[in-house]
Amino acid sequence: MRLVVNGNSREVSTEVRTLASALNELGFSNMIVATAVNGVFVPAQERERQTLADGDQLEVLAPMQGG
Amino acid sequence: MTAFYGVELKSRLMLGTARYPSPAGLARAVKAARAEVVTVSLRRESGADRSGQQFWTMVREFGVRVLPNTAGCHSVKEAVTTAHMARELFDTAWIKLEVIGEHDTLQPDVFGLVEAARILTAEGFEVFPYTTEDLVVAEKLVEAGCRVLMPWGAPIGSGRGLNNILGLKSLRAHFADVPMVVDAGIGLPSHATQAMEMGFDAVLINTAVAQACDPVLMAEAFAKAVEAGALAHRAGPMEPRDMAVPSTPVIGQAFFR
Repeated sequence: MRLVVNGNSREVSTEVRTLASALNELGFSNMIVATAVNGVFVPAQERERQTLADGDQLEVLAPMQGG
Repeated sequence: MTAFYGVELKSRLMLGTARYPSPAGLARAVKAARAEVVTVSLRRESGADRSGQQFWTMVREFGVRVLPNTAGCHSVKEAVTTAHMARELFDTAWIKLEVIGEHDTLQPDVFGLVEAARILTAEGFEVFPYTTEDLVVAEKLVEAGCRVLMPWGAPIGSGRGLNNILGLKSLRAHFADVPMVVDAGIGLPSHATQAMEMGFDAVLINTAVAQACDPVLMAEAFAKAVEAGALAHRAGPMEPRDMAVPSTPVIGQAFFR
């Protein structure tokens, strides 16, 4: 399955069905991040239930410097 | 002591965390500023360098309260979604709400700001709206549920100080009971003092400290300037006059003729 992750096209294995499994495969496990799928915020507790489809756009955001 | 959504702060200097020469420099500046609130943001995590994780670890070690922003958002939807993500990421209901309307000045889109503020306050957010000094907009923000206002001094990062003194004075006077933080455009400690002398409750500084030749020294300068301005406001400044008034008593003055 092909996903757009933070603006970059990424291929994930066919076993990936949910946002949680995608984050794991993409190396975001154990990171403090907030997520959105196709522009909609997905809370951490919903990631196991959030299914993904080919072409979905993921935003994975982390704390960063700000003014 | 003024409370920001029920939180009383000793320090009236809030500090941004961006544009410092190094993370260590930021850490020293936060300490020198004696800041109790720092602003943070959220951006795409690469996953490789874990820069966001390292930054967050460092900020938590500061032991201060964080105020996440929605910097860079140009629409209500972007700002609201970013606020949702910030609330989870930083585990706080506080949000510095920015809805930018114009690229060159980074002027707030005040129409979008009010709309986003209404949505977020209804969801339990404690909104710090980055706004102009416009009284009508301020009224709408208060009606929307904002219990703090963050009027700009001048465009973000410009360092020009308080661009519209009359407008800011008017805003302060009209909303005497609403805690206000002057945000953006302050370039010098004297600008911060001026804001505090006018009765604002705090200032938020980023670029003026981060981009100084010595950010730590400048952070200390701002801390003293803010404290001086707050003391001066409490002391009740004299009214300016157009004509001279002798400060030395004239009664008993000798005549030499």
